[in-house]
Amino acid sequence: MFAARCEDAALLDLWHPVAAIPDVRERGPVSTQLLGQMLVVSGQEGEEISIKEFMAPMVHGQVFNQGREVSLPVREAFGFVWTSLGAPPERLFDIPEFHETDRWSENSGSFRVHTSAGRTVENFLDLAHFPFVHEGYLGEQPYTEVKDYSVTFDDREIWATGCEFYQPIAAVSATDGQVTKYTYRLAHPFCPLLYKTSPVDPKRFDVIGIFVQPMTEVRACAHQFLSLLDETNDDATIKRFQAIIFGQDKPILENQVPKRLPLGSRAETPITADKTSIQYRRWLTELGISYGVIRDNTQRDSEPCSEIF
Amino acid sequence: MVTLYDYELSVNCYKVRLLLNFLSISHQLHPIDFFPGWEHKSEWFKEVNPLGHIPVIDDDGYVLRDANAILIYLATKHDTLNSWYPVEQPSLLGETAQWMMFAEGTTNTASAARLHDSLGYEFDIDACRAGAHRLFRTLDEHLWFQEQRNLNWVCSAEAPTLADLVLFPDVILSEEGGVNRVSYPAIRRWTDRFRRLPRFTLMAGVLEAGILT
Ligand SMILES: [Fe+2]
Repeated sequence: MFAARCEDAALLDLWHPVAAIPDVRERGPVSTQLLGQMLVVSGQEGEEISIKEFMAPMVHGQVFNQGREVSLPVREAFGFVWTSLGAPPERLFDIPEFHETDRWSENSGSFRVHTSAGRTVENFLDLAHFPFVHEGYLGEQPYTEVKDYSVTFDDREIWATGCEFYQPIAAVSATDGQVTKYTYRLAHPFCPLLYKTSPVDPKRFDVIGIFVQPMTEVRACAHQFLSLLDETNDDATIKRFQAIIFGQDKPILENQVPKRLPLGSRAETPITADKTSIQYRRWLTELGISYGVIRDNTQRDSEPCSEIF
Repeated sequence: MVTLYDYELSVNCYKVRLLLNFLSISHQLHPIDFFPGWEHKSEWFKEVNPLGHIPVIDDDGYVLRDANAILIYLATKHDTLNSWYPVEQPSLLGETAQWMMFAEGTTNTASAARLHDSLGYEFDIDACRAGAHRLFRTLDEHLWFQEQRNLNWVCSAEAPTLADLVLFPDVILSEEGGVNRVSYPAIRRWTDRFRRLPRFTLMAGVLEAGILT
């Protein structure tokens, strides 16, 4: 069975992350899906990275029926390979911190999750779940209060500033609980980043983000991006912390119903603290997106049955 | 002191962490960047385990690999009641070994489906899920009959054994591989009992008893 094809110009024209560069270079080719289309990302060490879209069914990495192959544009950014199925813009957002030399900037894993890209992004933006889902790490009961913060949108990015939260272990480099200051930034409809006070230098920020690849309407891959000030912990320790946080989110995310993100005005309302989510859903609505979301109330209970698996 | 070469999201590493905590064995974790770094395939790690697999333990210079081998070693050495691996009761020991073999099957089906769905491993996902359901049906039926005999665990003993311990991670994380457990009520009751054991430890992705499923 084929996954539903995406018809949304806004999504087809975006740059999307499809693989971490080392996964392609050292263990490629990587076969994956983007907006329901089958892709293979290849390029051994020393070769150019190329991306082919297969217009034929593919099962377990094998292409049948000698389907038509189409070469797609390739862009490398922040340790990942990006592509587009439409006419992508010249510009991709920047993360200035990524270029600072005293930081540890790396991908910390591409984790697939059985829900829509929109749900995955929203979970990332939500402070209120910390004490419940990440108790002992990013939050602690009874410190569940989300202080008021402000949200701005400039047609290109959403910023949420002035968020504060008490955290027992804000990062691996933390030695004590601290009130962490957060700034959220949606640099792209599926690329949320957060800037949080560094436990090492309170004047600078650690940057954590996920670049979410919409594989199908209800499956996504969260490519984790980190840019940290941390001179004491090794790679494995830092990545272990991120794996724990994502592992804790996964069952929560996968149990959210419906899997597609409801956008309609009378659909589930995000809790009042969640101003960022409201702005996010508004943005997706304005972009005219219908893939992986539920636009109106009549659709609210139906799940797509057009999934590949 | 026991050092465990560990990856948080690995079911086989979780089995070892569970027993280390159940038996209060003092230990330290050496995190391996299994994903995405593939550190278990690195040159330095091949000197620890030429097969390039985790878990591996180093118990003051005694190096042992393979979850089942490690569990048998640790239980025999540290479990003063001999209940987890009942070496003094031949028929119970046979039962334990039999269900530990059965768990190889759940690891190769249910947990393989999880690797496919969450880390993108290229397995035959339909075969993995169908195999998992076949084994879960057998396990559910077995646990139901055990309950009729007032037995709480996989083997016919008062206390849980390594058979329960090695089956638990594959079962509890099966939804991550698209293997739904709604039709296995005896399995659900058993996972609740297991999660309420003293010194039970969670891993990321495993929820406390009573939440969701
Ligand atoms: Fe979370």
